[in-house]
Formats: sequence, structure tokens, C-alpha cells
Amino acid sequence: MSKPLEMRAVYTETLLKLGRLDERIVLLEADLMRATGSENFKDEFPHRTFNVGVAEANMVSISAGLSSAGKLPFTNTFACFAARRTFDQFFISANYARLNVKLVGSDPGVTAALNGGTHMAFEDMGIMRTIPKLVIFEPSDPISLIKLMHACVDYYGCTYMRLHRGFADVLYDDTDEFELGKGKILRQGQDVALIATGVVMVGEALKAAELLVERGISAAVVDMHTIKPIDRNLVIQLAETCGAIVTCENHQVINGLGSAVAEVLVEEIPTPMARVGVKDLFGEVGTLDYLKERFGLTATVIVEHAERALEKKKIAVKI
Amino acid sequence: MMDDKTLAELTEKAKEIRALTIDAIGYLGVGHLGGSMSVVEVLTMLYYRHMDIDPSNPRKVDRDQLVLSKGHAGPALYSVLADKGYFPKDWLHTLNRGGTRLPSHCDRNLTPGIDMTTGSLGQGLSAAIGIALSHRLDGIASKIYVIIGDGESNEGQVWEAAQAAAQFKLNHIIAFTDYNKLQLDGFMYEIMNIEDLTAKWVSFGWFVQRINGHDLAQIDLAIERAKKEPLRPSMIVMDTIKGKGVDFAENQSTNHNMKLDYETALSAIAKL
Repeated sequence: MSKPLEMRAVYTETLLKLGRLDERIVLLEADLMRATGSENFKDEFPHRTFNVGVAEANMVSISAGLSSAGKLPFTNTFACFAARRTFDQFFISANYARLNVKLVGSDPGVTAALNGGTHMAFEDMGIMRTIPKLVIFEPSDPISLIKLMHACVDYYGCTYMRLHRGFADVLYDDTDEFELGKGKILRQGQDVALIATGVVMVGEALKAAELLVERGISAAVVDMHTIKPIDRNLVIQLAETCGAIVTCENHQVINGLGSAVAEVLVEEIPTPMARVGVKDLFGEVGTLDYLKERFGLTATVIVEHAERALEKKKIAVKI
Repeated sequence: MMDDKTLAELTEKAKEIRALTIDAIGYLGVGHLGGSMSVVEVLTMLYYRHMDIDPSNPRKVDRDQLVLSKGHAGPALYSVLADKGYFPKDWLHTLNRGGTRLPSHCDRNLTPGIDMTTGSLGQGLSAAIGIALSHRLDGIASKIYVIIGDGESNEGQVWEAAQAAAQFKLNHIIAFTDYNKLQLDGFMYEIMNIEDLTAKWVSFGWFVQRINGHDLAQIDLAIERAKKEPLRPSMIVMDTIKGKGVDFAENQSTNHNMKLDYETALSAIAKL
């Protein structure tokens, strides 16, 4: 496995490469260029870079205008502002107007770390998931980030990408293929399926699967990079194969990945499940490791939830 | 400067647009009459004299565009677009009916000739900035017109956009404020005063003119001056009358979205 890479650096490098290939691509920033590290794009394409100052709502409606005139805006801010602060602009100017704005929210969930509770987006996917037709995804490693960015450029329509802040292990290789709306099975298993999204929780789910082996439990691990549209067929297939599901997200359990998976299960194939994620709490300040412990976003917690789901499965089988 | 013949023709055209709009709202029985009436003259001057557009090719890349940020004045704009031939005039009687192509607020996907979807107030000027930036990148020498409501100017986003348009030196944006002094809940000085509006736009770095928004010659002159401005975006503050031309509705605080039966509408049209 190659060494971990900083995800925002991979993002900006990929955006630069895409920008060279596609003249439609423009970059919008709201005075966080130094945080996203997108200055390389500005250096090469100064006329295609628009820093609007600290005005996220304005930035999103400007992006919509650029899209209506044929441009392909990548619009960057922190995940907390993307969802909470620009929701109506993103909803009406961009999505309702059926335009093509690629909104990127960096530093999602506990990765906001030292910026603290005000900047900690535990709800962005939940808010965004209510927008009709919006595609929402969170890459789990540098390769999937690159590939999903390409897929996102090829797709006409608004997207919201959660972008991890910090280093991420490389989980895939260059030959892996990615499609928006299609989850990836990272590890096969028979007893329980761990469905995770994003760098933090896909990593923890992989560790949890190892811990479960020691307990004689075979766990599948799925990288559900796209939470909307959710990969219904894969969820059903995992329910059929494993009969127990644990979702893992660096987000509130309300209206995020866990909700999306639960909706499929309830309607199609009721299955014992448990949700690992933030349990109706506001964010706090701290290091990433502290916050993962604080909010229960660890392999240990996933293992506990898997065992709980397996208990329910046993009861269900007896009934 | 317009000659007398042009002025007479455009005056007649404004009357036709006003009549078509009252007719459409009256046919439905309810609608945004007040704010539609106050923008009839500026729409007439834009679409019949200033804008470079082609109704047979509504998405022509280098066309001039209008973002009607106060999207609830859609009925007035639909009358203009129908009259220009973007779609058949009989569509006007489908206003706000289920399945219509003419919804209460402007929709770029439903109505030929609508350049931007609007309706959630405060977002139109920002969208216009996006269009203007794109055209500048592509070397398109178009004008992007925007009509903002006075009540809409309570929205903070309008002022975020005001900063940005000046910062980006978007002199091809020519915006208007329909300053009819009324917002939905009542007179602006009672609800949320925006004075000194002219001074505000000046202080944001715009080229600002203040005119009578029902005087075609003044609108014409102001647009001509704005087109010549080399660096700054333009704001033309238009003093207008909400409900202009409909005597029982003029300047009434209840005319934002009002009931209007068809018989009353037809008699109002007869009095124009």
C-alpha cells in the first residue's frame, strides 16, 4: 500500500488537471483558499478563479449564474457553511434551476477538529439529502476521490462532495472503477455487513472487521461513497447475504447514511441493523482522535454495534 | 435620445403590456399585480429598445440577459415575452394553473425567454454576477440586466452581491431597483426602511442614477449612460408606483398579491 495522502491536496491537484482538460471548469472560493489549498488552480487559471470574500450564499448563487452561462463551477467552502449557510441558494439558484454546480464541503464532521463545534458539520448530508435529485458523495481515499471527481464532471447536475481534511490511506488502485451511486465492496463477509462512508469511518470499519475476525465473526465492509442516490441493490444484496447491517458515518445518525440504508431495508427487506454515528449531539473542539472517541466513531464502537445487530439477528431467526 | 415617434410607439407598447398583464392576472382571479405594474415601463424599454435578443433563439449564447430577481413580477415579463413571440399569447391565460409553463415566479426551464430562475428573494443579482463573469471570460460583449425589488433589498445577499459586482468591475451589469416604497406587509418606512438607497449603492462603488421609473425617456437615457460606464456596475434606482395604472390598486399596501375578478380587470384595462 502506498503512503497516505492529504485529501485536500489530492482534490486541488485533480481539479487543476481537470481544469486543463475542460475549459468550462471554474473555481469559486469564499476566503478559504488557504484552507482548501486551491491556490495552485488560481496560479494557473487566475481568470477562472473567483474569490468572493466571506459570502458563501452569494458564492453559491454566483456559481449558479456561471453554470447557466455554460461554466462548470467547483464551489468550495467548509461543509458546515455549505449546508447550513447556503441551503436556500443551493436549493433554488442551483438545484431547482436544474443547473450544474459542484459544491464541495471540506472538513466534514470530526475532521473540523480544532475549529470546534461551530465548524463541525454533523448534519450537512442530512440537510442536503432533502434536495431532489442532488447527488451526495464522500470519497474514502485518494484514488476514489480522483475517480469520483472525474465522474462528477461527466455528470450533468448538482453534486455535493464531502471532502476529508487530513491524510487518508490509499485503499484502491488505479484499475478500480467508480460510479456515482454504486458502492464498493472492500471486504467480503457473511455474518454482518459494515456499510461505511468517508475516510474516517471506512478506515474504522476496516479495523472493526479485523477485530470481529478475532471474535469469530465474518464482516463485509462496503464503501458507500454515494449516500444519494443510495445503492439500493447493494443494500438489498448485503441484507440477503449477511442478514445484519451496521452503518458507519462521521455525521449525525439522523438523515445521513444510516437513515438512507434504513429506508431501503424497511421498504425492501427488513433486517436487523445498528447505526454508528453522532447521536444527536453538537460538535466540540479537540483533536481528531479525541473527537472520534468522544462521539463514538471508532472500530471498538462499530464492533459493539455489530454484536448488537447480530443479537437481533439471532432473535429474528428464532422468531 | 428617442424621437417623438419612438416614444409614442413605446408608450403604446407599455400600455399593451400593462393590459396583457392585468388580463392574465384577472383571468386567474388573483396575482402579484402591484409589483408587476411597477416594472412595465422598464421591461418595455429593455425588450423593445435596448436588449440584443432573438426570440427565435432564446438561448443564443451572446444575447443580452435579464435576471428578474423580483421573480414575482413574472406576469409582466410573460406579457412581454409573449408579445415578442417567445411563446403564444394564449399561454398567458394559463398563468399559475397546474401544469402551466408560466408559474408565479420566473423559471428558466419552463418559460422560453426566461434567463434565470428566481423567486427566493435576494439571489438574482448574485446569479447575474455569475452570468456576467462567464461572458467576460468568453469575450462576449453582452449586457446583463437585473431588476431588484425594494423590499427584496432588505435581504443581506443583495449587499454581498453589491460588493462582489463592484470588486469584479462588472460594468456590463445594469441593475434597477423597483423603488415603489411598498413591501408585502406595508410601507417600507414602517416595515424596514432602506433609505438612503441611492447613497447605499454609491457607497458600494456603483454608478448610480435615480429616475422616474414610469418615464420612458428617463429610463432610456439612464440605460444609455449606464452602457457607457467603463468600470463600475450600474444601479438605476427607479421611483415607481406599486400598482401603477390600475387606479384602485395604485399605492395600496394590499396590492402585493391581490384578488382581481375578470370583470374588474377588463374595466381597468379599458381605463388605461
